[in-house]
Amino acid sequence: MRANYVIRRVFFLIMVIWTAATINFILPRLTGRDPIKEQLTQQIASAGRKAEDAEQMWRKYNELFGLDKPLWQQYVTYISHVARLDFGYSINSYPRTVMDIIISRGRLTLPFVSVAIIIAFVGGILLGALLGWNKSPKWLSTIVVPPLMVLSSVPQFLVALVLIYFVAFRWKLFPLGDPYPKTMVEDWSSLKFIGQYAYHAVLPILSIVLVELSGWALGMRAMMVTVEGEDYAVFAEAKGLKNGRIFYRYLMRNALLPSLTGLALRLGFIITGASVTETFFNYAGIGSTLGAAISNFDYFLLYGIVIIMVMSIAFATFIMDMIYPLLDPRIAYRGQRG
Amino acid sequence: MKGFFSYIKRNPALGAGLGILIFLILFTSLGRLIVDPEHAYPLSVKANQPPSAEFPFGTDRQGRDLLAVMVVGTGMTLQIGAIAGAIGLGVGIVLGFVAGYYGGTFLDTIITSFIDVYMSIPSFLILILIASTFRNITLGVTEMGLIVAIVSWAGPARAIRAQVLSMRERPFVMMAKLSGMGNIEIVMKELVPNLLPFLVMSLSQAVYGGIMASLGLEALGIGSRRAPTMGMTLYYVNYYSAFMVGMWWWIIEPVAVIVLTLTSLVLTSFGLDEIANPRARRKA
Repeated sequence: MRANYVIRRVFFLIMVIWTAATINFILPRLTGRDPIKEQLTQQIASAGRKAEDAEQMWRKYNELFGLDKPLWQQYVTYISHVARLDFGYSINSYPRTVMDIIISRGRLTLPFVSVAIIIAFVGGILLGALLGWNKSPKWLSTIVVPPLMVLSSVPQFLVALVLIYFVAFRWKLFPLGDPYPKTMVEDWSSLKFIGQYAYHAVLPILSIVLVELSGWALGMRAMMVTVEGEDYAVFAEAKGLKNGRIFYRYLMRNALLPSLTGLALRLGFIITGASVTETFFNYAGIGSTLGAAISNFDYFLLYGIVIIMVMSIAFATFIMDMIYPLLDPRIAYRGQRG
Repeated sequence: MKGFFSYIKRNPALGAGLGILIFLILFTSLGRLIVDPEHAYPLSVKANQPPSAEFPFGTDRQGRDLLAVMVVGTGMTLQIGAIAGAIGLGVGIVLGFVAGYYGGTFLDTIITSFIDVYMSIPSFLILILIASTFRNITLGVTEMGLIVAIVSWAGPARAIRAQVLSMRERPFVMMAKLSGMGNIEIVMKELVPNLLPFLVMSLSQAVYGGIMASLGLEALGIGSRRAPTMGMTLYYVNYYSAFMVGMWWWIIEPVAVIVLTLTSLVLTSFGLDEIANPRARRKA
């Protein structure tokens, strides 16, 4: 059963990435024109680039998309380049490759988004468990649940906008944007840099946390109510176990599992949401780079970022799929059906 | 009618959700009688005015009357959601019933795995690809709705399939089969009416998803540059850094409208869930 489950998930992972790459390949062809070619021509005409630069870009473009070859061959070449993470050059910042930009921007995004997801998840689980627990005072739910419902239903960037206006602009508690002060150089070995990075990341993290924590708190609260109705919970209480033990070992432990599935499903949503949030914070991470690639019609960069995001989200989900059965013995690595 | 109101008392979420939704629809339809919809477009009034007697909602940097923007934009954003929701639910119903009711194991497996794979690709990224590839085409409200619909069918399809699958084995369906009803008749007369609250809930979730997706796209600047939808309004708030010049009214108004819109949809589907799924009803 074990091997079977792992093989299934690996196959699924490949399918997801392959489908995304295929969509990426087909879409530009559906327009009946060639947006990339148009953009390249325009770029070369307007920016007055050196002829050899343009030629180099054309060569790479033809290598990637091989427009003179039959369609199936173009497809095979394209997929093999994607498999090697070779997305060519950025159209707008030419000598740099797409992968180079993705790495240099991605390392500014990854730490703060990961921290935000962890805080939101752990915080949401604890708050939700507390709200759903029948020993909690009733007023707690009355006060906390309505704002949670509103927060969990709005996009992150909406919260970001409000935070930027009040906390950063009005009260001047945190910087308005940027991942670190413009006067600093990116240096991950210096504590001072990391401190500044953390200080600048507070509001972006808060925007993600407020939205995501609320969603998980509400989900966890509902699960707690269900678990409290189970026979083993009633029995634990009848045995006279201590409240704390019932809360952590009997109720939370069991209510936690669906939330973990929820985390895997929501990962993509959080990360793409964070991209828009970055744009509002003018935060030079991968998300605002994606936004800039869209406005500049930098298709190579755009497609590269999209594929990389799909890949990382699929991998993260895969890892969670692998961990999940360890936490829930009932799953026992069986495939889900029905 | 009396029954309806006494039910709403027991299901306050549905009441609040529908109430806000009706308020928003009245706001956008009756509002058009008071304001000039043309003022929702650039250069129609004096720019950068704080709220005053003349402009109760103030004006923005481009010279739009924000009251007109809110009136017209609320309608547009709801329209995008409605188009996406209707298409998403339609496709979802067809796929869900085909997979759950007609489909043998084979067809069911194919449809389900396709949905699973599709849902694992973050829909927002697919939207970005589509919208930026087709960017040369003017993205009006209808086009935006159609594009957003591309991601709003998978959720309903999966949920409807699961519901149909469990309902297919219920005694009343068996009874209908025994009494000689055809498959289509069973679906239309037995399954759909029983699933109605659930389908309406799926619709309101699909509308919610459509609006969320359109807001995200528009906030990144993918959308009609001219149309005063809520997402584009936020895009311009960010583009002109409204917060840096202290134009609070320009920030707070679209935020309020979006919060009301999204909350009403969430509350409505929450309330409908209580009808569709009686076990979820709160204890006492």
